[in-house]
Amino acid sequence: MAKTSHGVGGLAYDAKKRTRPPELNVLAALVLIILAFEVLGRLFLGDSFLFNTRDNVNTLFNEQRLQIIILQVAIVGIIALGVTQVIISGGIDLSSGSIVGLTAMVTMSFAQVAMVNGNPNPKAIFGPGWMDLPVIVPVAVGLSLGLAAGLINGLLIAYTRIPPFIATLGMMVAARGAAKWWSKGNPISFPTDAYAAIGKGMMPVVIFVCLAVLFHLIMTQTKYGRHCYAIGSNEAAARMSGINVTGHKVLVYTIAGALAALAAIVLSSKNLTAQAGMGVMYELDAIAMAVIGGISLQGGRGSIIGTCLGALIFGVIISGFTFLKLDAYYQEMVKGVIIVGAVVLDQWRQNMPGRG
Amino acid sequence: MTDVILETRGLTKHYGGVHALTEANFTLRRGEHVAIMGDNGAGKSTFVRQITGVEMPTRGQILFDGVEHSFTSPIEAREAGIETVFQTLALADDLDVPSNLFLGREKIRFNLGPFSILDKRAMREATLAALQKTGVKIPNLMNTIRNMSGGQRQCVAIARTAAFRSKLVIMDEPTAALGVQETAQVENIIRTLKQAGEPLILVSHNMRQVFDLVDRIVVFRRGRIVADLRKQDTDGQDVVAYITGAKTGADFQGAA
Repeated sequence: MAKTSHGVGGLAYDAKKRTRPPELNVLAALVLIILAFEVLGRLFLGDSFLFNTRDNVNTLFNEQRLQIIILQVAIVGIIALGVTQVIISGGIDLSSGSIVGLTAMVTMSFAQVAMVNGNPNPKAIFGPGWMDLPVIVPVAVGLSLGLAAGLINGLLIAYTRIPPFIATLGMMVAARGAAKWWSKGNPISFPTDAYAAIGKGMMPVVIFVCLAVLFHLIMTQTKYGRHCYAIGSNEAAARMSGINVTGHKVLVYTIAGALAALAAIVLSSKNLTAQAGMGVMYELDAIAMAVIGGISLQGGRGSIIGTCLGALIFGVIISGFTFLKLDAYYQEMVKGVIIVGAVVLDQWRQNMPGRG
Repeated sequence: MTDVILETRGLTKHYGGVHALTEANFTLRRGEHVAIMGDNGAGKSTFVRQITGVEMPTRGQILFDGVEHSFTSPIEAREAGIETVFQTLALADDLDVPSNLFLGREKIRFNLGPFSILDKRAMREATLAALQKTGVKIPNLMNTIRNMSGGQRQCVAIARTAAFRSKLVIMDEPTAALGVQETAQVENIIRTLKQAGEPLILVSHNMRQVFDLVDRIVVFRRGRIVADLRKQDTDGQDVVAYITGAKTGADFQGAA
């Protein structure tokens, strides 16, 4: 960016006045939290959080722990990518968790095997003609369902002008109901091998990372991303500048719905089963990841990198508490404190003179 | 090619029963700078909104560059060549200067519909050129609008009009919220436009500014044009008389 190293009109460009990317603070927080667990672990357990202490494996880091850290946030992370672009464009999406539940149920129904250990599938939803379908069928059905749910959200918000909070709250309740209605509350299990491969092992992480890179590029390098920031920043100005705000909003929520559906496919494949209660609270975890990552709920500010760091902070906290052998109750309490703390710190930083 | 860049004939706008603008006949020649003055609610902003496509007039014609237009959106007016600096600045606070200049008409490297890849370098270079053309001083182009002073924001909004080959620039009270120095900077930009031969419509309450900058003054009162004065034929007191209604132009006797 050599072109920007000096200003226009004879005013010197002051490098000291350059704004620090907020992601750096999130990264610092992540490092600090890891460090805290490392110190606590060495003090109280005589064990390392980050580094390998076992003799039978020859690695520097505790790779198993690192894998688990990312694996346990990868699926909610996929949702968080969609939520990030929604919040940046000035909206909110509460329906993603319920879309996960509904999509998992419906998708799994199309992914079932006909015979389990020589007996007919005990959890069969459809007749024999609908079993053992190629993996593309459940994936296509799932994605279409997510797209449709997101489209309904988007159309409601863009055309009826009801607040996104209300529209997606409605979808949240309705989709959860539909998920329970689909199999009258029964779990759906026994997917085909091809379907089970989607979420096997570290596949959720691979999918999450690929999508994160894709959405980072979309948000920073494309017209779509630029318009997300513009609409979240000043919707009237965006409309006045000729941006198709209505169409853009429909697209934003549709993409968020598709990502929630993708998360559902990965999750149900990983668990080899689908239940109506799947994805409860995922929408809030996803929003929390974005918020910890420095997003502004007023819109216009935030980034995919920030959200990914926020997701990592989540993963580290969960792993760290398990590592310290503390109850899961503490995890949630600390998560709550961190969510609020992140926003307080961010506002404090915003209000400091000479910074932005 | 006619000498007239903009002409309105019988331009009228009613909001329900409120006659905000009545039978406005207005002409602007190429290279001419005209001020629109009038009290609050006199119809100045309403007039601007009709010719910039923000609203559709109830009646009347708009001829721009010899062609009759009925703009249905600001972007149509902009595509025809009318660039407007609105009273509310229409800037996105969280975006940097090039992003704001090219908001809604981004330069792209290749077309992928909504996911078209932005050509950031081209936008940055065009921004530098536009800022140089208008003489706007911005220390750091990559700074977001949020971190800028009122004057800098106004300059960015004005530079936006210069970044594109506009045929007519309209400014709605561009210095209303600015300090002395910032006002001077904006006025300098307007003089630059005059030298470049760009026609301008300036909505302003500032009598000194108007007499400093423009060739002609059009006065609105209660939704009608009540005077069309060449600068050298009038003075501040005279204009005030027209604004307040103490006087009405000879050609406009039937109007008010």
